[in-house]
Amino acid sequence: MTVQVVGGLRWVEHVMGTTVSIHVEPPLVPDEILRQVVAALHDIDRRFSTYKPDSEISRLVRGELEEADASPDVRHVIAACEHLAIATGGAFDARRHRADGRLDPSGFVKGWAIEEAAWQLDAAGGRNYCINAGGDIVERGLAATGMPWRVGIRHPDHADRIAAVLAVSDRAVATSGDYERGRHITDPRTGRAATGLRSVTVVGPGLAFTDAYATAVYAMGLDGLTWLATERGVDHAAYAITDDGRAVWTEGMDAYLVREGRSPASGVPPT
Amino acid sequence: MPKRGIAALAITAVALVLLLSFKTPDVVPARNGGVAIVEPGSTATPTPATGSTSGSTAAPAAGATPAPTTSTGSGTTSAPSATIDGPVVDTRYGAIQVEIVVSGGQLQDVVAVQLPAGRRSGQISNVAAPILREEALQAQSASIDTVSGATYTSDAYEQSLQAALDQAGLG
Repeated sequence: MTVQVVGGLRWVEHVMGTTVSIHVEPPLVPDEILRQVVAALHDIDRRFSTYKPDSEISRLVRGELEEADASPDVRHVIAACEHLAIATGGAFDARRHRADGRLDPSGFVKGWAIEEAAWQLDAAGGRNYCINAGGDIVERGLAATGMPWRVGIRHPDHADRIAAVLAVSDRAVATSGDYERGRHITDPRTGRAATGLRSVTVVGPGLAFTDAYATAVYAMGLDGLTWLATERGVDHAAYAITDDGRAVWTEGMDAYLVREGRSPASGVPPT
Repeated sequence: MPKRGIAALAITAVALVLLLSFKTPDVVPARNGGVAIVEPGSTATPTPATGSTSGSTAAPAAGATPAPTTSTGSGTTSAPSATIDGPVVDTRYGAIQVEIVVSGGQLQDVVAVQLPAGRRSGQISNVAAPILREEALQAQSASIDTVSGATYTSDAYEQSLQAALDQAGLG
């Protein structure tokens, strides 16, 4: 169901175990496109869910499907996950994420699915929109205000408060944390729950990798911020909330943070 | 088919080397401060794998200008290259030591050989430690378009700030 308000379109869909909110500002896209975008998300969920016994991933895990015979999408996702395991020194590892060691690419799939949705909106003429999938977001163009999208980073202790505001345009924002589902992120390198941080928010060019880096930095703890700044700092920035109540961020995040008493962040990354 | 098999093997070998090299920073012994010139390994190209220097003899060269040394062993003519260890520097993020690879008088690569605990990866892109900024966590209310937070379930969405924003937009 779409609803049009003050020139914008909104769609809320329950899919992939979470809720996806799509917000399109003019130029609008036809309703039919939004229906296709949402149908594609359900299709990805059917093929990739580890909870659905007949999904391609479940069949791979049970050995009923060979990786070489899997669909191009599945092979792409597995290859990307393997790249990420190397790139993050094992802090993001789709094969060691679960206690039983089974393949679980869901930490990559959701971001990738939302990127696919964004490309569909681009192809249909969308220029200004925001897709929020359970707290992980793609923002394109500008909000209704004519300014970059204002993204609140949720306060870990107060669901109705925010810890910081980011102004972003043509960027992805992803947050990993412990406060919604308990300590659900295991450091694949130690097999234990990640410690040190309540949450990590990463801003980057594409949601799939941005989301994976948020997971990796969260697993690494505070050192993960240094890792991100040194190794992915050219186009990624991170903002973390520590167990002991501090907000710590990489200098790249200054381009996005809206700070009281300072000139607003442009939201446009340095070139 | 055989060709593809070989390519796959080669890729696997490269991946294995990468994986191994990512684990080495933790086991590379801490070296003394000061600058030491280390003969590069037998490969012609400067290699970022830190393990390749661990077996070499580190000649102390206190105060001496690092003299580039030509790499040997491959038969190809390569520009004079050297691997140079920097001093161990204590930062607020832990001890950091970098190793630079110089070839033909130009900086080719920088590798962190000693890293703060928890870090595995060996490559860093610049020598300076990154700047982190910090302040006390605050709770605020502000005008926003959307909310980023740890992934919530569909049930948790109903109580979320994002739901309130969507509701305001849908209303």
